Amino acid sequence: MGSSKMKRAGELPFDIVIILVMLIICFITLYPVWYTLVHSFNEGTDAAMGGIYWWPRKPSLENYETIFRDNTILQAYWITIARTVITTIAHIFVTSMFAFGLSKRYLLGRKYILGMGIITMFFSGGLIPLFILVTQIGLYNNFLAYVFLGLFSFFNVFIFMSFLSEIPDSLEESAKIDGANDFCVYIKIILPLSLPVIATIALFTGVGNWNDYFMGVIYMKDRELQPIQTFLYRLIAESASNQMLVSMPGGIRQSSVTSQSIRMATMIATTVPIVCAYPFLQKYFVKGMMLGAVKG
Amino acid sequence: MQLNDLFTKTENGMDTMKNDILKRKLLMRKLMQQKYLLLMILPGLLWMLIFNYIPMYGISVAFRTYKITDTLFCAPWNWKLAGLTYFRQFFSDAQFMAVIRNTLGINVLRLLIGFPLPILFALLLNELKNARFKKIVQTVSYLPHFLSWVILGGIMITWLSESGFINDLLIKLGIQDKGVPFLAKREPVYFWSIAIISDVWKSLGWNSIIYLAAITSIDPSLYESATIDGAGRIQKMLYITVPCIQGTIAILFVLAVGGLMTSNFDQIMVLRNSLNRPASEVLDIFIYRMGITSQRFSYATAAGLFRSGVALFFLIAAEFVLRKIRGTSTI
Repeated sequence: MGSSKMKRAGELPFDIVIILVMLIICFITLYPVWYTLVHSFNEGTDAAMGGIYWWPRKPSLENYETIFRDNTILQAYWITIARTVITTIAHIFVTSMFAFGLSKRYLLGRKYILGMGIITMFFSGGLIPLFILVTQIGLYNNFLAYVFLGLFSFFNVFIFMSFLSEIPDSLEESAKIDGANDFCVYIKIILPLSLPVIATIALFTGVGNWNDYFMGVIYMKDRELQPIQTFLYRLIAESASNQMLVSMPGGIRQSSVTSQSIRMATMIATTVPIVCAYPFLQKYFVKGMMLGAVKG
Repeated sequence: MQLNDLFTKTENGMDTMKNDILKRKLLMRKLMQQKYLLLMILPGLLWMLIFNYIPMYGISVAFRTYKITDTLFCAPWNWKLAGLTYFRQFFSDAQFMAVIRNTLGINVLRLLIGFPLPILFALLLNELKNARFKKIVQTVSYLPHFLSWVILGGIMITWLSESGFINDLLIKLGIQDKGVPFLAKREPVYFWSIAIISDVWKSLGWNSIIYLAAITSIDPSLYESATIDGAGRIQKMLYITVPCIQGTIAILFVLAVGGLMTSNFDQIMVLRNSLNRPASEVLDIFIYRMGITSQRFSYATAAGLFRSGVALFFLIAAEFVLRKIRGTSTI
């Protein structure tokens, strides 16, 4: 923001206060995660005695060793990764194709389809009718439930469409003169140009899929189909945690792990991919939100 | 004359027929021209029909007695109509008042506290002079948004337990002399504050993005002329920045009011337990319990329809009120 170079004397305390406030906010934001990180690298039995706030007192990798040797946990991670990757890729294709089609004013039925979509953003059938539907079409206790339910979002269509409107028509026209059909234009021109939007949407849906635990709770009966977040949920919110731990290979014989330290390690292992990924994609999703602010 | 009329009538008839054939040919031609486009919108369209519109049809379950063995598509004449029975059951349920109170209590307070804070944060962030520091603060502030509620809830359950971190801190500071199991209390003040504070913590940075985006689109010359007029930083904030982004604020406010019946499901599912139920049982959780856990489908669907209906009403009412106040529509 351009402004005069003169700094008025009375502004300095204002600046200092703001910087202090920001530092406090940063600390409050980071500390809970730091606390968990520290505890995950500390011996569980030692941590249970309390008093560990800044650094591990008895550093140990045993928590992580335990969880990565457990088959239930490994299976749950596999489900999370598979579901996130497959659903996100499928989502991007289905949603961007739809947005591309809808961005053409000459599309047959465009107004009706737009109207249909907008209605879905304000009104929905609710949890129970959706549950009944999912059960009746055979997606209950089925991995594909994750994929099918996450396949499309009209909100993302809007984001794609506002991006597509900035692509000059001339690109498409010259391609069509060269004999390309609509699908060719989509694959060879639109997709490569849309990488920023795709990065944004991929981040949103990826994170959404990675962090979701509820679908695993209501739609999956088999433990093998539940993602790591659902596993954590059952560990934390349902008090079956002790039983679950005893069933782990080796149990808790002479190791220093406690149910608490296992929880901490699992939490960190689950969050690390996302925490590492999002700073790099920051400029994309900030732009994406901006599109929403300006156009929406 | 009559013969002439006959003649014109037949001609008109031929014309209309020709028109129809022409129209259909045009339609077919358009269809063939756009065939790839139409194929491309097909998956999304099918998805909306199946996963958005069939459940809307499924709302009919609220008006009939439904067993899990029935199909959704079972013909209307096979329905065991129940009219408003389930709605009446819902409104006269012993827990109805408590559920509504919890839902609105948490959501309204969260609106009052949590709506202005991201705006304030964006305003302050905008005042930071050092671009690098600003970027770092922003990046850090987005972190909680990317944590799942299971993780956050896990941390909170540990911290809020009787021997947990928060109690440690409060005892050391002398504010209390023994541990209080905050999540085990049934009085609303405990659970509600925990839910609201943690929700604000999680969404502050993320929600400020859209306000920051709006702020960057403000014309800088406005600030320059204000400086010339001798305006201070706070004055510039109050008289330039805030009024310029009031459109964004208005839209988000209307949407927030529309969401007053919607609870943060993921959060409450994790933080709730049988001890804090009197304070934590919100409408969405109640619907989940009745519908999925207790399998009372018709009852839960009726409650869900009530919820969606009231939410829509709030949305429309908020837009109406704001339109009257501001003189322009929010959309």
